[in-house]
Amino acid sequence: MNARAVVTGIGVATPNGMGVEDFWAATRVGKNAIGPVTRFDASRYPSRLAGEIRGFEAADHLPNRLIPQTDRMTQLALVAADCAFADAGVEPGDIPEFDMGVVTASTCGGFEFGQNELKKLWSQGSQYVSAYQSFAWFYAVNSGQISIRNGMRGPSGVVVSDHAGGLDAIAQARRQIRKGSRLIFSGGFDAPVCPWGWVAQIAGGRLSTGDDPETAYLPFDSRARGYVPGEGGALLILEEERTARERGAENVYGVIAGYGATFDPRPGSGREPGLRRAAELALADAGVRPRDVDVVFADAAGTPSLDREEAEAITAVFGPFGVPVTAPKTMTGRLYSGAAPVDVVSALLAVREGLIPPTTNVERSAEYDIDLVTGQPRTAPVRTALVLARGHGGHNSAVVVRAAD
Amino acid sequence: MGRRVVITGIGVLAPGGIGAKNFWSLLSEGRTATRRISFFDPSPFRSRVAAEADFDPELHGLSPQEIRRMDRAAQFAVVTAREALADSGLDLAEYDPHRTGVTIGSAVGATTGLDDEYRVVSDGGRLDLVDHTYAPQHLYNYFVPSSFSAEVAWAVGAEGPVTVVSTGCTSGIDSVGHAVELIREGTADVMVSGATDAPISPITMACFDAIKATTPRNDDPEHASRPFDGTRNGFVLGEGAAVFVLEELESARRRGAHIYAEIAGYASRCNAFHMTGLRPDGREMAEAIRVAMAEARMAPESIDYINAHGSGTKQNDRHETAAFKLSLGEHAYRTPVSSIKSMVGHSLGAIGSIEIAASALAMENAMVPPTANLHTPDPECDLDYVPLTAREQRTDAVLTVGSGFGGFQSAMVLARPERSAA
Repeated sequence: MNARAVVTGIGVATPNGMGVEDFWAATRVGKNAIGPVTRFDASRYPSRLAGEIRGFEAADHLPNRLIPQTDRMTQLALVAADCAFADAGVEPGDIPEFDMGVVTASTCGGFEFGQNELKKLWSQGSQYVSAYQSFAWFYAVNSGQISIRNGMRGPSGVVVSDHAGGLDAIAQARRQIRKGSRLIFSGGFDAPVCPWGWVAQIAGGRLSTGDDPETAYLPFDSRARGYVPGEGGALLILEEERTARERGAENVYGVIAGYGATFDPRPGSGREPGLRRAAELALADAGVRPRDVDVVFADAAGTPSLDREEAEAITAVFGPFGVPVTAPKTMTGRLYSGAAPVDVVSALLAVREGLIPPTTNVERSAEYDIDLVTGQPRTAPVRTALVLARGHGGHNSAVVVRAAD
Repeated sequence: MGRRVVITGIGVLAPGGIGAKNFWSLLSEGRTATRRISFFDPSPFRSRVAAEADFDPELHGLSPQEIRRMDRAAQFAVVTAREALADSGLDLAEYDPHRTGVTIGSAVGATTGLDDEYRVVSDGGRLDLVDHTYAPQHLYNYFVPSSFSAEVAWAVGAEGPVTVVSTGCTSGIDSVGHAVELIREGTADVMVSGATDAPISPITMACFDAIKATTPRNDDPEHASRPFDGTRNGFVLGEGAAVFVLEELESARRRGAHIYAEIAGYASRCNAFHMTGLRPDGREMAEAIRVAMAEARMAPESIDYINAHGSGTKQNDRHETAAFKLSLGEHAYRTPVSSIKSMVGHSLGAIGSIEIAASALAMENAMVPPTANLHTPDPECDLDYVPLTAREQRTDAVLTVGSGFGGFQSAMVLARPERSAA
């Protein structure tokens, strides 16, 4: 159990950047990527903004035969996997096939692919449904396709815990490293920016109805009124530290040092939600005290009651204004299972640069006793970061990342 | 040796066998629950057979609000979780809810609920811009199947780690394998873990029709699921759930719990070959079996029964037979192998857990369930598949396996705790 799982490669595809350096160049300065939905006509819906990845053509990156059999979120994940391998300086063939695996999270699977096939089924007939429907939409597709493309035959998996799932996947990847796997891919991707996905998200009751990209998603702001959804995510390459160093890994971004997951008490119980406990479990697992933590990447639901719960959990662990808190997902919207892995990437890059990316557009509110990093990025040494994530229904997960040296 | 994990409660909901007792009756008598589809008009489809459960949610204690907000698969999960908890005799109120978790496997989530709701909001497929004003509030619960694990957590009062595991048709093994890991590492003391799927809907039939994965044997639905038979030509879609109470061995012993079996070993591998195709040599499944047996510290000769994936497709049954030979050597020829999918169909993500239940009940009852409908030998499937009739036999250790789309191959070893102590 003493093996340390380090992150040695990153692949990221978000509305404000493809690839780790583009993503960070945009994120560190607070570049907004939320805008009106362009992938379909959203004018008739109560929510009309999204964080879309513009200008992505799967055919520029992937073999033609893969295009008709994959949803957009799988295409993004496959490209991110290629980038992560390149970033890590590993060729898939360098490592024995049973020592490499893929653990991903998903929220809704290939929802747009599913939408298109449901449309054919009900408007044209069952014989028009694609031969790829049997696997292109289901939650396991990204782990399957990444493993096939890269010849990875080791322990793999798929978890679904809504927005919290990305951290659960990273934790499961760390378990596999500790059990002896050499290299595990982990993270999450979702891309439900399609009419059917839109209607399902609206039904959740937490989407912002604002039309101004700069004020629609304002977590911890007194004007908060829901979130803006986005598409994309991130994949990390985890390796056992010693073997990573032995092969001369060039990028050792940091250590996945701690993890905790909890579930809220039944609705109406009146008892404290589980987020504080998840954070405390992650800190204990990492063997760090609250005062060792240099920044918290918040879940930042953007709904007043959920923001209050989170601010109270942070305050309970760190004290009022006890730690800088940030939510760079205000730039991209919430990326479902991809959101938390992207925050882990931001945390690792904050460690690398000594800079905390800002929570954009938000004005600090006197209602919350947290030191929210708003407006400008903040220069500060960052050695330890806590990432929080929550999923619909009561899932809470927390991950601690630390500098590797 | 560290913490060991045992099954102390079982809940099953299978076609023809709702409740663990009825489920075992079906299996031990070798009856089949496959029939012409009754949930909707199957006449447009190539395959018109399924294993349907005659399930009345009210009869099983679900409230009108629970029925409204839950997809059928979530209802299955909650009902079987309650059965498992009652069976275990565990009073979770006496346990720390923070140390109780939930993992639920599901391959296709709320696919039936999504199919139904899509039809409404698209007005029968006419609208591209589907109409949100016709969408129910619980559509978000269908959108993300982690809602299944949330429902089970509320039902049993779990506040530890709660998640859905969704690795396609191995979800039911991988969900339980994940829960075992959480108890072993000390994250949880009790896990309520299993899997559910309720995929019998037009979109599912259509997608399997498109790749001819399901059987067209429509004139003989009761005998349509024919694993290892020379005339097999596809699987029969099923539905159902199985959920277990898993506990740490010493804690279960202290409270005097009835122990069905220890989950002694588990492993999963990927074939990295094709999303739906299998290489005939079975080497990745063999590797999963080998690692699961090594974890259990058991030699091939210890395995008394293999509960096969046995889906009844041409390629699967051949692939799996090769994997057993590769991993168990000569012992593969001496070990009874059977597929309960011949009786209850293939319920995608759920079936792995339903098969774990069958394996535990085989140990409990010292009886190996048969492979129904197996009349015509296939030269490529030359093991002892226990045709037609259950076999009374002391069963102390069982290997159960799964194989699925995406290339996942999983294996689990169940054994008596006193036997596998090492």
